[in-house]
Amino acid sequence: MQDENLSLFDRQATVPFEDKILTVKDLTRMAKEILEQRFPSVIVEGEISNFKRHMPSGHLYFTLKDDEAQVRVVMWRSDAVRLKFSISDGMKVLVRGRVSLYESRGDFQLYAVNITPAGQGALQLAFEQLKRKLEEEGLFSDEHKKHIPLFPKRIGVVTSLEGAAVRDIASIIERRFPAVEVVIYPVKVQGEGAAEEIACAIDDFNSRPNVDVLIVGRGGGSLEDLWAFNEEIVARSIFNSEIPVISAVGHQVDFTIADFVADVRAATPSAAAELVVPDRTEVLDGLRTLVGKMSTSVGRTTDQLALQLDKLKHHYALRQPISLVEQRLQFVDDLFRRIQTSAEHYIESQDQKMKSIYSHLNALSPSGILRRGYAFVESAGKVVTSARKVEVGQRASIHLHDGILDTQITGKHEQKQ
Amino acid sequence: MSKSSKTKENLGFEESLKRLEEIVDTLEAGNTPLDESIKLYEEGMTLAKSCMMQLNEAKLKLKKIQRAAGGAIEENDLEL
Repeated sequence: MQDENLSLFDRQATVPFEDKILTVKDLTRMAKEILEQRFPSVIVEGEISNFKRHMPSGHLYFTLKDDEAQVRVVMWRSDAVRLKFSISDGMKVLVRGRVSLYESRGDFQLYAVNITPAGQGALQLAFEQLKRKLEEEGLFSDEHKKHIPLFPKRIGVVTSLEGAAVRDIASIIERRFPAVEVVIYPVKVQGEGAAEEIACAIDDFNSRPNVDVLIVGRGGGSLEDLWAFNEEIVARSIFNSEIPVISAVGHQVDFTIADFVADVRAATPSAAAELVVPDRTEVLDGLRTLVGKMSTSVGRTTDQLALQLDKLKHHYALRQPISLVEQRLQFVDDLFRRIQTSAEHYIESQDQKMKSIYSHLNALSPSGILRRGYAFVESAGKVVTSARKVEVGQRASIHLHDGILDTQITGKHEQKQ
Repeated sequence: MSKSSKTKENLGFEESLKRLEEIVDTLEAGNTPLDESIKLYEEGMTLAKSCMMQLNEAKLKLKKIQRAAGGAIEENDLEL
């Protein structure tokens, strides 16, 4: 390849031009053609100087230099908008592009298609740059952090409907504290346009603020996959959100810009779900403690009153018929006992209910049900679902979890429905 | 805070818990007259019951919101 190009170069270079008188335009045109054919794509390492972004065109102009030489570089706006990081003087970069010649000035130039920082990745640098910028603006500072409600009623979730994150969040909230509504706003979480969708979803939630807290995130991935959460537009939306935001991006180790701006950072979507609602068993324990304290306090009050009444009763000056006072005391005592009993009964029954719900969940599979001592009856190849469907004398088999019992119906006791 | 028995049904979970804690504090302070104590106790029990019921009986509701073709924001039930 190299040799072929060289020979092309040699052949053109040796055309005997000295016989002809060229115009400047001819010369620059021919030089341009040679340069373009010879250097259609090169990567050049150097340091940026004299950097200028031309406005309003948005084209970038700078000089790329090393100790020995320099070359002018142009980057058109259409290529420049794809740069993740911002260019500045003194930066060591790799410029990929083609070589050409700017005829009206006779300048030999490099037309950059892409620029990457030398030494570190473009994304890494972009991350550092945006982080520094937003930090200086105060977007990460504690004074802006909003309080996450203890008991949110509606929880907004900005994430993709694909992937495990959304299911993890829903199932953990359901297990911990199901007395809530989870409102999912599906968005793209990676690739072109993802950042805009995420930002728009956060803004939309804020335009009709009927959720108490927002979870914004996605499952783990590479730096490129998570990139949307490092975009300025997402950071701004999170910062401007009146609704408190929990960021929930990827795996444990990596921080994104979204994590720094969010009111609370959860390491994973699952962690966000754990954080956003309390555990109901703990809350139930707390409720029981409160009820217990109430009972004790009221009990103490009635005991004291009973004591006082008792003293009064024996006071010689108290000649009133004592029975009325006693009746009142009795009434209050009864009332209190009634409430207390009903409360204790209620708590007990709720406890039972919870236990039965849990065991129910554990035994939802048919084999689980059978293992709990239930059985199903089969006769004539069909499952018997009603006493009316079998006749006395008919054979039937009883299916238990570990075997089948052959039986014959010896009697029937139908229940009215 | 209103002590009317009509409003407490409508209290959210957090408000209910807060009110319940208030009641416990008042009762534990020990200088509430008996009839007031009984009233507070009843209110507290109602709150505790409704909180427990919410915790034990509620089912998670899943919704999805998105922008419709016209740009309006729509909310629908969602199953995962």
